[in-house]
Amino acid sequence: MSIERELFITEVALRDGSHAVAHQYTTEQVTQVAKALGEAGVPYIEVSHGDGLGGSSLQYGLSRTNEMELIEAAVSVCGSSNIAVLVLPGIGTIKDLKEAAKLGAKMARIGTHVTEADVAAQHIQTAKELGLETVGFLMMSHMASVHKLVEQAKLLESYGADTVYMFDSAGALLPHEVKERIHALRQSLSVNIGFHAHNNLSLALANTLAAIEEGATRIDGSIRCLGAGAGNTQTEVLVAVLDRMGISTGIDLYKIMDTAEEIIAPILQAPQEITRDSLVLGYAGVYSSFLLHAQRAAKKFGIDSRDILIELGRQKVVGGQEDMIVDVAAELAKNKAIYSV
Amino acid sequence: MSKVKVAVLGSGNIGTDLMLKLQRSELLELTAMIGIDPDSDGLRRAKELGYVTIDSGIEGFLEQPDLADIIFDATSAKAHIRHAKALRNADKIAIDLTPAAVGALVIPNVNLVEHLDETNINLVTCGGQATIPIVHAINKVCSVNYAEIVATISSKSAGPGTRANIDEFTETTARGIEMIGGAKKGKAIIILNPAEPPILMRDTVHALVDGEHVDAIAIAASIHETVKVIQTYVPGYRLRTEPIIDHNQVTVFLEVEGAGDYLPKYSGNLDIMTSAAVKAAEELARHKLDKLALYGG
Repeated sequence: MSIERELFITEVALRDGSHAVAHQYTTEQVTQVAKALGEAGVPYIEVSHGDGLGGSSLQYGLSRTNEMELIEAAVSVCGSSNIAVLVLPGIGTIKDLKEAAKLGAKMARIGTHVTEADVAAQHIQTAKELGLETVGFLMMSHMASVHKLVEQAKLLESYGADTVYMFDSAGALLPHEVKERIHALRQSLSVNIGFHAHNNLSLALANTLAAIEEGATRIDGSIRCLGAGAGNTQTEVLVAVLDRMGISTGIDLYKIMDTAEEIIAPILQAPQEITRDSLVLGYAGVYSSFLLHAQRAAKKFGIDSRDILIELGRQKVVGGQEDMIVDVAAELAKNKAIYSV
Repeated sequence: MSKVKVAVLGSGNIGTDLMLKLQRSELLELTAMIGIDPDSDGLRRAKELGYVTIDSGIEGFLEQPDLADIIFDATSAKAHIRHAKALRNADKIAIDLTPAAVGALVIPNVNLVEHLDETNINLVTCGGQATIPIVHAINKVCSVNYAEIVATISSKSAGPGTRANIDEFTETTARGIEMIGGAKKGKAIIILNPAEPPILMRDTVHALVDGEHVDAIAIAASIHETVKVIQTYVPGYRLRTEPIIDHNQVTVFLEVEGAGDYLPKYSGNLDIMTSAAVKAAEELARHKLDKLALYGG
């Protein structure tokens, strides 16, 4: 039985949500979630460390469970859904990608900072050779001009990506900015266009709808907003809204709502809401996964986490530079000590 | 004091920066610059400075092999595999700045003494040159179970070779952290940052050491000592803050500013490679000259 879908949703809670649970997923949790998502008819389920394959580190947080075990567990229960893995070249390697493919991952999502697409060429080509459906994506897309974004997206297309995504990793874009960017991508590329939002400014769904209006057909969601920062576009809400708009996603609305309520909610240590810190991520244009790291550094150095995030935004720090958080916090604490003497 | 003759293979940015650094060496005498593009800025400058210039690549050099005993290879990993063979057959010493890793991985102030008689040495990676000595410095005091390094470089200083094969950086650096740094397990991450003006190279070392109660003072002292040694050949290498030692975790923040010889100052990642190459060649030259003094020519 084939399901009619006009729009393909990738559920990222088991990857982006890894940030929100400090990379502490257990095999049991992943098994339960992947099974329920599969039964709800979610076409793609992403499973990886928050920073992608190979992300388990002191820099980003050590995984409680080896991600390859999590991928294997998800593959075994996801039914007709496909398991996707994420790779950020510079962190994860082709070796990691091959291992995940061997375990049954069917989609590779390979991303770079919005200006650095060329480091992904080799990984995209390898993913294609492995027979994986391949997504190339550009992170922190608010940091580049539309022109630059299009230029880099074209590179990803030229390496063989089946789909090119724009990631609003900081949740910083406003709807008219998303519209302009997706429109430009649609004009210039012939592959599928995708969009990944963060809800730091409470705009994830609005931005997603703007992207769909301009032709994006691949959308990331995180169920119950289980993603970095304030989470992503809330999957079950998106499914309901698209249903009202008459756009079929192939996802069972009641089942995805039940999964959110009964399986995801108990995993969350606190409900995902837009706290002052996640709001500042979007406001200052900072990588969403910096949230918990900045809160820990603020506590350690006795300063306001918002000051750290604003300063990181000012310094134009990019995704993956988590080491800058402690560095900036130490600097701010030093200055504070000087001025308060 | 007599000098050992050297030549630079590769007339790009790295080769040209090497040329300018070699002019200052008291142990090395640069004789020739070898490239494949007669119009390259490197070959043009070499000619102006009075060096022999060869624009027919390694084949051209092999026609006049007496020009040099030590050859710096600043081409590409792929080219070096071919060059390595040709140089070995010609009885020349190769100092490889590419990620080919054909020869022994070397960090001058850490393990070069073990490789003074090798004919091909590889300089690991820029991130490796900046961080492996720190891992080694920690490991001297406390056994390092795990070390991870994060190198952040400006996008502008990441050349096409690095970009086309970024896994080579992470994998070779991780190998160096284990083999040379002494960590039981190593990991490396590289981040490119496009900010303007370009950022200086930054490196962070995270290490987990053995034992509950670590001697924080001894670890910090060992790190400071190593930094001083590296500063003798990379003056712009420095700690950004005091090492942070929390239980069994050691975190070290570093910054590398280039000397600005040919490459811009922000590209400390490239400067540390050319500086390490000159330093390694000087040690090999000293060893060669000592041997000559002992056993005669």
